[in-house]
Amino acid sequence: MELSDRELPDLDLQQPLSLPRRLFEYGTTAIALGLTVVALLPLFAIFWQIVSQGLQHLSLEVLVALPAPVGMEDQPNGFANAILGTMMMVGVGASVSVPFGVMTGIFLSEFAGGTAIANGIRFAVKILSSVPSIVVGVFAYATIVLATKQFSALAGGFALGVIMLPIVTLTTEEALKLVPDTYRLASAGLGEGRFSTTFRAVIPNALPAIVTGVLLAVSRAAGETAPLIFTALSSQNWPQGLLSPTPSLSVLIFNYADSPYREQNALAWTAAFVLLAIVLLVNTISRQVTRKHLK
Amino acid sequence: MIPSRSPASETLSHPLDLTQPDSKTRWLETAFVLLAWGCALLSAGTLFWIARVVYQDARPAIAEFGLEFLWGREWSSTREVFGALPFVYGTLVTSAIALLLAVPFGLAVAIVTSETILPQWVRSPVAFLIELIAAIPSVIIGLWGIFVLVPFLMPLQRWLHETLGWIPLFGSEPFGPGLLAAGVLLAIMILPTIAAISRDVLLAIPPELRSASRSLGATRWETIVRTLLPAGSAGIIGAIVLALGRALGETMAVTMVIGNAVRISPSLLDSGYTIPAILANQFAEALKPIHIGALMYLALILFGLTLVVNVIAVVLVQWVSRRAIVR
Repeated sequence: MELSDRELPDLDLQQPLSLPRRLFEYGTTAIALGLTVVALLPLFAIFWQIVSQGLQHLSLEVLVALPAPVGMEDQPNGFANAILGTMMMVGVGASVSVPFGVMTGIFLSEFAGGTAIANGIRFAVKILSSVPSIVVGVFAYATIVLATKQFSALAGGFALGVIMLPIVTLTTEEALKLVPDTYRLASAGLGEGRFSTTFRAVIPNALPAIVTGVLLAVSRAAGETAPLIFTALSSQNWPQGLLSPTPSLSVLIFNYADSPYREQNALAWTAAFVLLAIVLLVNTISRQVTRKHLK
Repeated sequence: MIPSRSPASETLSHPLDLTQPDSKTRWLETAFVLLAWGCALLSAGTLFWIARVVYQDARPAIAEFGLEFLWGREWSSTREVFGALPFVYGTLVTSAIALLLAVPFGLAVAIVTSETILPQWVRSPVAFLIELIAAIPSVIIGLWGIFVLVPFLMPLQRWLHETLGWIPLFGSEPFGPGLLAAGVLLAIMILPTIAAISRDVLLAIPPELRSASRSLGATRWETIVRTLLPAGSAGIIGAIVLALGRALGETMAVTMVIGNAVRISPSLLDSGYTIPAILANQFAEALKPIHIGALMYLALILFGLTLVVNVIAVVLVQWVSRRAIVR
C-alpha cells in the first residue's frame, strides 16, 4: 500500500453510457412497460363491464326462473334451466373423460415411462388438446347427432368430454410423476403388485393434483360454447333428460348477445357474470390446490 | 401376454418389475394393465377417430366439388353451390392481424414478467392477470366485443378510412363489425398463450448467459435483444405458432364480431366470415346432405390446417424443453 489515495488521479470507473445506448435503454423499458399496461387493459375492461352490467339484473329470480317469452314484462325471467343444463353436460363430459383420462395418465406415468409408445400417445393427446373446439363439436354432431337423429345433452356432453380428456390425462401424468419412486419401491418391497401399488401407494399421494386437473377441465368445459351450439342446441324449458335438446349458459349468452331485445341483452350480461364467476371460482380453487400441494 | 414394462423410472438406476408371477391376484394385475393399455390407446385414437369421422362425412362434398372447393367463391345452400375461399381468406386474415398485434404485446409482457425491471410483487400479479384472460370463456369475450370493443374501435376505423382510405386495406366504409374488429379481439385472446410460454422460455435460459453478457458490459436491453431473445427464439416461435393454432380455430368471439358476410374484400374494415364462424352458424340448420357435406369439408380443412400448425408448435416446444433438460 505505497500509493495513498491522494496521489491517485481522480479515477472514475463508472463511465456513463453513451447517449444512444442510454436512450435505447430508457426507450425500450418505456415501450415494454407501456405495452404491458395496454395488454392488461382489456382484462380490466372485460371484468368491469361484466361486473357492472351483470350485477344490475342479478337476483334470486334470475337463478331460479325459466326464460320468459319475449315481450312478457311481468313474468319472472331467468336462466335456471341453462345453469342446470350446463351442469348436466359438464357432468356427462366428466364421467366420460375422468376414467379414461386418469387411466391414460396412469399408463403414461406408471407403465410406459419413456418408451416410444408412451411418447407417441402423449404426443397424440397433446395434439388432441389443441384441436379447435368447433371441430370437436362437428365430430360429436357426426357421431351422435346424426346417429340418433336428435340434438341432445348426450352429444353436447360427449363433445365436452373429448375436450376435457387431454387436460385430465396430461395433469394426471404430471401429478403421478411427482410421487417419489421410493413409495413405489416400498410398496413393491412389501409384495404388492401393480394394481395395489398404483391405487394404494401412488394415487392417494397424487390425489390433490389429479383433482386439480379435473377441476381445470371442468372450468374449461363449463365455458365452452362452440361444441354445444349444434350438438345440444338450446331450449326454453327445463332439460328433459339426456336425449333431448338442452340449454346451456354459454349458448344462452351467444343467442341473447345478438338478440334485438334489450332485456335479452341484459340477461346475457347477467348470465356472463354467473358463468364467469363459476369458471373463475373453479379455476382459482384448482390453482390454490396445486400451489399447496407443490409446497 | 402383455410385455411387462418398467414404470417411470428415470430416477431409478435399474428397471423395476412389479409383476408377481405366482400371485392369486394375477388376473387383477392383467386386467388392470390391459385396461390401462386400452384407455391409453383409445385416448390417443380419439384424434384419428375425429379425422376419420370428419373425412367420412365430408366425402359427398369432396366427390361433388373436388379440390375446386378450395377456390370456390360462392356459398349458397339454395343453389347448392359451395366454395371455401371466403372462409379460408377470413380465417387467415383475422389470424394474421391477431398475430401482428399480439406478438409485440406478448413479448413485452414476457420480458417484463421475467426480467427484474419491476419488483417481484408487481411481476407475479401481472403474470397471473395476463394468464387469467385465457380462463375467460370466449363467448363472454365475444359479448364484450359486441357491446364494448366494436363501438370503441369505431372512431379509429373511421379515422383509418378517412385518412388512409386510398389504400385498399382501408378502402371501405366501416360499419363496426368486421375483419379488423375480429382480429383485435383474437389478439386479446391469444396474448396469454404467447406471453406465458415465452416467459417460461426466457426464465429457463441458463443464468450464465445473462451474467456473461452483463459482465462484458452489455446493458439490460442489449442483453435481452442480443442474447436472451436469440437463445430463446425456438421456444418463442413455438409459442407464436401455438397461438396461431388457437387463433385459426377460435369460434365464438370471432363469430360475434366479424359481421358474417360471405365476401372477399381487400379492406380490413369490411365484414367477412371464418371457417369456424360458418360452422357455428349453419350446422344446426343444415338439412341437405350436400350442405352438411360441404360444412364437413370446411371442418376437415380447418382440422388439417390446425393439425399442421399445432404439430409444428408442439414439436418446437418439446424440442426446446428437452434441450433445456439436457443442459
